[in-house]
Amino acid sequence: MEVLYFAWVRERIGKPKECVETNAATVSDLVEELRQREERYAAAFADLSAIRVAIDQELTDFDAPLEGAREVAFFPPMTGG
Amino acid sequence: MDVRVQEHAFDAGKELNDFTARQEHAGAVVSFSGIVRDVPGGLRYVEIEHYPAMTQSALSDLCKRAQSRWDLTDVSVIHRHGQMRVGEQIMMVATAAPHRAAAFEAAEFLMDYLKSRAPFWKKEVMENGETWVEARAEDDTALLKWSEK
Repeated sequence: MEVLYFAWVRERIGKPKECVETNAATVSDLVEELRQREERYAAAFADLSAIRVAIDQELTDFDAPLEGAREVAFFPPMTGG
Repeated sequence: MDVRVQEHAFDAGKELNDFTARQEHAGAVVSFSGIVRDVPGGLRYVEIEHYPAMTQSALSDLCKRAQSRWDLTDVSVIHRHGQMRVGEQIMMVATAAPHRAAAFEAAEFLMDYLKSRAPFWKKEVMENGETWVEARAEDDTALLKWSEK
């Protein structure tokens, strides 16, 4: 699946998106896999209360199942307007 | 309904006049504009990032929710991304309704949701550094007053 990062999450991880092969069942499981990869992922995902997630462009939460998901995006709380 | 996500500047006065001129059964039009605010130390510019694949649909969904909740004749949202300097228009919302209460409430509803549910992120770039704007707790609290009774 495609994993996208925005704002400071993108800056900490150092890329806007990547293709991830995973069998993670939920968003939380995916986050745990990413944390294990490298320090910069662990740093970006250190405090999940500061991160929001969308699956296929719909806001969701960390318990959400990933089955069938094509695109997962991680970003800080939004600051539009 | 008109939802536009764009990089280039827009003329809020002209947009509001055009929006008003399109209405046939409205008796009230309310608009809100967000502009770039200066910060202590001096802002060079604000940079707004967004999630292109999601932005348009998220804003359209908010407009549809407003239209199903209030008696509106029309809704318009324009939101920019990219770099903007102090005083520039970032975004505007306009609502039209037969009566003013619906137009006021729907405009406030749209702004409250747009603040914390539309995928935009602001970075302030100063002379001596840059910082991502943090969401304010009040922005989430503001949504509580719209929870369905």
